[in-house]
Amino acid sequence: MTAAVRARRWSQRLALAVLLGFLAFAVFGPIANLFLWAFAEKWYFPNRFPQEWGHSFWGRVFSPRGGAVASLGTSVWIAVLTVVLSLAVAIPAGYALARLKLRWRGLILLAFLLPQAVPNLPVYVNIARVFYEIGLNGTVLGVVLVHASHGLVLAVWIASAAFAAVDASLEEAARNMGASPWTCFRTVTLPLAGPGLIASAIFVFLESVDEFTGTYFVGVPDVTTLPLLMFNASMGGNYQIASITALLLLVPSIAFMLVVERFLKANVLAGVGR
Amino acid sequence: MIAAARTGRWRAYALIAPALIVIAAFFVFPLALSAILAFRATGGGFTFDHFIKAWDLYRTDLIFTVGIVALSTLVIGVVAIAIAGYLTLGEQPRAVAILRWLYRWPLFIPFIVTGQVMRTFLAKNGMLNHALIGVGVIEPLQAQSLLDWRGIVIAFVWKQVPFVTLLVAGAMASLETQHIEAARNLGARRLRVLWDIVLPQVRGTLLVGLVLSFVTMLSVLSVPMMINPNSPTMITVDIAYRISTLSDYHVANALCLMSLVVAAGAAWLYLRHAAAAQASGG
Repeated sequence: MTAAVRARRWSQRLALAVLLGFLAFAVFGPIANLFLWAFAEKWYFPNRFPQEWGHSFWGRVFSPRGGAVASLGTSVWIAVLTVVLSLAVAIPAGYALARLKLRWRGLILLAFLLPQAVPNLPVYVNIARVFYEIGLNGTVLGVVLVHASHGLVLAVWIASAAFAAVDASLEEAARNMGASPWTCFRTVTLPLAGPGLIASAIFVFLESVDEFTGTYFVGVPDVTTLPLLMFNASMGGNYQIASITALLLLVPSIAFMLVVERFLKANVLAGVGR
Repeated sequence: MIAAARTGRWRAYALIAPALIVIAAFFVFPLALSAILAFRATGGGFTFDHFIKAWDLYRTDLIFTVGIVALSTLVIGVVAIAIAGYLTLGEQPRAVAILRWLYRWPLFIPFIVTGQVMRTFLAKNGMLNHALIGVGVIEPLQAQSLLDWRGIVIAFVWKQVPFVTLLVAGAMASLETQHIEAARNLGARRLRVLWDIVLPQVRGTLLVGLVLSFVTMLSVLSVPMMINPNSPTMITVDIAYRISTLSDYHVANALCLMSLVVAAGAAWLYLRHAAAAQASGG
């Protein structure tokens, strides 16, 4: 190996390392900045790092007046109800789309794509107006309905793919041994599609916890979820409180990113939208 | 037999009906309402006035919005292709592994958190400026806040790149490796292989990811509100202002319809591509 080749290889490696370092800064820099703010007591321009560190703002966020605990509770409660409602209608629909004969299957799939493919703001704005007239504005139920109409789309697509990935011959074997359609579904199909359905439940849960725009219009003035609390703190210029609440929202997002592949097997992913 | 098939079909529709009803009631109906309100005059009847008013007031913001979202989509596409391409064709296994681990962190981080994160990171006192000063790229006095249109683009790119990369890298991984290897054996450079062989085969997936990102970014309210709420800003901010402050549903819905038309344009581009791909048997 000549010196020139070796030098070229090293310079390539160096370029690669610099690029990766740059990307790492682009990905983690913003998150690190959030951490700094969450533990800053005092931080004014032009100091590179906070002048004083501490966690007194954490106490304020979690105090009853800070409202973080209450909004966390509201967020989780809304998300749980959204998951229940979404899966209750998405599991039957996903099963029918995967297994049964439907005449307008393509059109129905398209209808289930709509909420993901159309700008959502017009929907939220007008549903808030309707809900206001029938007294659903500012109620948990109203927010759940809005979240579910968006979340169930993901749930239908994933559930349909999960059911399609279940080997049909196993179901036939159960039916041949005399199991009723319901028993067959309950004891064979459902457990086999389980990981995919859990994945869709987590998706819907996360989407509901993170949802801002719909809650902003439909939830006012009584329903304050964690994203709304964060938004209000941030617009009020309180970066510490906003950063701490943002960190709370960050935890489930990153946790899910790290485990998502365990639930969504490649064969299910490949079947989404088929 | 026929009767049995018929009840079977009824059962299928009955299973789907609840989900469709939820979508119809809480998605399609408000969307239709938006179209009606945008054209309805105050005393009833049909009018274009709200559109004229919306155009007069928010023309700049509309152009600003389309520009920002289009630029973001372009950058997302380029970065996603670069990352997915290296994941597929990269020769340093360790670098590929690091990249695979690295790129997807923002995948499920919500827009509102992205907004807050970027608000601190891109500010005059943010980590970006301090890092640039630290490595000597800029002088301390040159530090400037990026919290304008650039901040919105950076936030959108940061948030959406992992999603598009995930889709594109998945499509690239499922390609037949024979062509790629044949081209490489013939001495083609990696960039050529990516551009001439890999990319044409994943164009459909890339386009789906980009169109979905485009439409999503078009209706994000939190990021522009937190990063750049002053005019010129994105029309989502204007829509929220018309409603929260003025209760003016007519002009707001006219703006909504305009953004729907822009989204439909993006969808049309995609459908045209899909039709062309089908016609050529691809």
